[in-house]
Amino acid sequence: MRPLTEEETKAMFEKLSKYIGENIKLLVDRPDGTYCFRLHHDRVYYMSEKILKLATNFSRDKLISVGTCFGKFTKTKKFRLHITALDFLAPYAKFKVWVKPGAEQSFLYGNHVLKSGLGRITENTMQYQGVVVYSMADVPLGFGVAAKTTQECRRVDPLTIVVFHQADVGEFIRNEDTLT
Amino acid sequence: MGRKLDPTNKVKRGPGKKARKQKGAEVELAKFITDEDTGPKRLSSRARKRAAKRADNSKNLKEVPKKEPKKGFTDENSKWLKPTKRKRKADEAGSEDDSEELWEESDGDEDEEEEVQLQQKGSKGPAKPEIKEVEGDEDDKDDSDEDMVDDYGALDDGSEDEAQEEDSDAEDLLPIERAAKKEKKLKKLMDLGSEDDDDEDEEEEEEEEEEDDGDEKDEQQEEDMDEDGTLETNTDEVDRFRLPDPEDSEKEGMLSLDLKSIHQRIKDNVDVLCNFSAKREEGKARGDYVSLLKKDLCTYYSYNSFLIDKLMELFPLSELVDFLEANEIQRPVTIRTNTLKTRRRDLAQALINRGVNLDPIGKWSKVGLVIYDSSVPVGATPEYLAGHYMLQGASSFLPVMALSPQEGEMVLDMSSAPGGKTTYIAQLMRNTGVIVANDANSERLKSVVGNIHRLGVTNTVVCNYDGRQFPKVMGGFDRVLLDAPCSGTGVIAKDPAVKTSKDEADILRSAHLQKELILSAIDSVNAESPSGGYVVYCTCSITVEENEWVVDYALKKRNVKLVPTGLDFGKEGFTNFKQFRFHPSLKLTRRFYPHSHNMDGFFVAKLKKFSNVVPTVPAEKEEEKTDTTEATASPSAPKDLLSNYDKKSKMEKRDGSKPKTKPNGTTFKPTEENKSKSGPKKAKIAKMDGKGVKAAGVKKPTVKADVKNEAPKSDQNEGSRFEKKQAKKRKKPTIVKKRLGKNKFQKLKTMLKKHERE
Repeated sequence: MRPLTEEETKAMFEKLSKYIGENIKLLVDRPDGTYCFRLHHDRVYYMSEKILKLATNFSRDKLISVGTCFGKFTKTKKFRLHITALDFLAPYAKFKVWVKPGAEQSFLYGNHVLKSGLGRITENTMQYQGVVVYSMADVPLGFGVAAKTTQECRRVDPLTIVVFHQADVGEFIRNEDTLT
Repeated sequence: MGRKLDPTNKVKRGPGKKARKQKGAEVELAKFITDEDTGPKRLSSRARKRAAKRADNSKNLKEVPKKEPKKGFTDENSKWLKPTKRKRKADEAGSEDDSEELWEESDGDEDEEEEVQLQQKGSKGPAKPEIKEVEGDEDDKDDSDEDMVDDYGALDDGSEDEAQEEDSDAEDLLPIERAAKKEKKLKKLMDLGSEDDDDEDEEEEEEEEEEDDGDEKDEQQEEDMDEDGTLETNTDEVDRFRLPDPEDSEKEGMLSLDLKSIHQRIKDNVDVLCNFSAKREEGKARGDYVSLLKKDLCTYYSYNSFLIDKLMELFPLSELVDFLEANEIQRPVTIRTNTLKTRRRDLAQALINRGVNLDPIGKWSKVGLVIYDSSVPVGATPEYLAGHYMLQGASSFLPVMALSPQEGEMVLDMSSAPGGKTTYIAQLMRNTGVIVANDANSERLKSVVGNIHRLGVTNTVVCNYDGRQFPKVMGGFDRVLLDAPCSGTGVIAKDPAVKTSKDEADILRSAHLQKELILSAIDSVNAESPSGGYVVYCTCSITVEENEWVVDYALKKRNVKLVPTGLDFGKEGFTNFKQFRFHPSLKLTRRFYPHSHNMDGFFVAKLKKFSNVVPTVPAEKEEEKTDTTEATASPSAPKDLLSNYDKKSKMEKRDGSKPKTKPNGTTFKPTEENKSKSGPKKAKIAKMDGKGVKAAGVKKPTVKADVKNEAPKSDQNEGSRFEKKQAKKRKKPTIVKKRLGKNKFQKLKTMLKKHERE
């Protein structure tokens, strides 16, 4: 386990800010203690400093996971955000999309969101803006990238994609193995 | 008005509706106006037989003429009109035949006929003594046998016969009464007959028939007979469950048996064994019944005999069958609300909206829900994926409830896959503190990670160590949960392979691993922890070797004690079992069974560590002692188990020394020996080590140690003197002298030495 280098930190924060903007500092300075990011086996883990101290007791090959995994760095050093970060993105999300009940299942299977399944969308969403997807009951389902701006969403025909799928909670069942 | 007399009206005969309708006036009148002109009536074959029966009856019975005038029959009819009681018997016998004939007809199976025939014969045999009062029925029955034989060819006429019989019976009883009686008989026979149907393939006709006959006879007797002592004894004789003779057993072995008959036999066997003195067969020992029961249980429930033996030791027979039955069906699906993300009420509402039928699990849990049925897969709802609940067996709630982790504590879960208990601990701690989730199997750890992330747990570290390494990797936890890997005898419903795959070696291997793990768990806990110092040991097994024995071992080896689990339901753990004698505090542990609590078989024990000192030194000393005293090496182990001892590990040392005194021939009085801390004894022990007893005394933080310290110090001079002798003694098996003698000898020696000095 090691701290992130500058480039890695930059890449990660860039990705995160797509979804939560400048709220990243809220992630680091929390009322219940300081939290930090650490890299372990190419994955970025978010943990409090208390856990950090204890985690140093374990040898590198035996340690599997610490705190919450936010995502991983690919071979080409790009940062990919995992669904496991949803719990931290959802409360601070700047742009949200609500999906109709009928389209819920489809999104959970990994499909993109079509205009016909779109329930609500926050105003002034830019194109290719990172969004967090919710169900109509305000349960976070995943996140994605807005394919159209809010204005365009109103105009387009029902079968066009409005949100590109990036991650959804269905992956907990579908891709259990990739979590570790 | 009256029915019109129409001579041209032909009376309908046969089984149809019209025959059963009220006959016309002609017929009714004809009954009263008997034509002597008719002379010898043309009787049917059955009527002929009946007549013959009656003729015999009238010969035998002297009471008949007396009864006739009472009944009011004319003398002319005395031959063929009998008093109702007897007539019923005969009729019933006849109707029995009839109904059986009918039944045979409907099934049209000759095998069954034969069986019924045999059955009849069988029933007639034992029935004979009872019917002595009502004479002549034997003949009736014999006749009906003949009927049976005769009627093979005349099956189609059976219905006609019935109708005819009905006609002739009308005088005795109203048709309705007659019909009711016949229905009853039919029903009984159909029930028995259906059993017989199933037993067609079975070769143990005799036994079954006897049993069935017993049942049938029983019913008959209940219906007809007055209470009579002789009759009751006859019932017992016939009704009894009989063990198959060796020849029958061989037959059985060669041919496959019907499961239903085995099941019936199991039930009967258990019944006999429960009231053994009353229902036993003369000459057959209990062991015979038990061995037959074991064999049947193995066959019926597909267990291997080892496991059935083990279960028989654990449960009384009535519970055993319940337990085995419970293992055949699944326990209800239960879920646990994740209170980090939602509330049980809200979750229940959301799931009901999706079409899930659920209920709170019970008073003992505030987060559990039991699912009766669901139109959507429970493991794939959006609520599940969002981490609002976790699929978890009800029994898995219990160890975490017993552990009751507090906020801000450090908790270790030594065997955490797939992560249900870990996440429950996290939700109880509200994501504060730290949890270390360990598992030896890296494949299963993926599910732990998945569940942790899905349920939003943030305070967990997941690692992949062998649990036995744990105090070295990290120690000083406040609480430790050990859900030890086990043989799985409590979750047979989930994994039926356990039924046939487990044997003695598996159980002992599991027990050995569990003992190592529990010691590691105890060593990882910090006894000085302000809020904790608890270890919860649990398994999903019901064998005593993996549960109470392991806990007892821990009590002996470490400074821990058992505390109440906080679970107010469940059976108490065993303190005595077969050859085991456990510490009485084992009563505080809890056992759960599928048949009594409707959850997987489980065992939970909560231990509190009261001292961080690891009592390893006496264990070492004991090892040395056992090395040196060859004779006492072997008996020491079983004696440890059998003798009463304090849980303090020091007693082990005394236990180890006890066997030394045994060859002496003195009576073994453990209490005396334990209490007495005589100097020479301590000195001897000190000598054996070669080390100073001081070291041992320091490490034992009890008062007794102090006493020990004083004694050996005073004897150290003597100790050095006797060392050579002791060295010699080590090689030979010690012949221990009486203490009195020893003292005197030593005293003598000191005196001599003093004299020498002087």
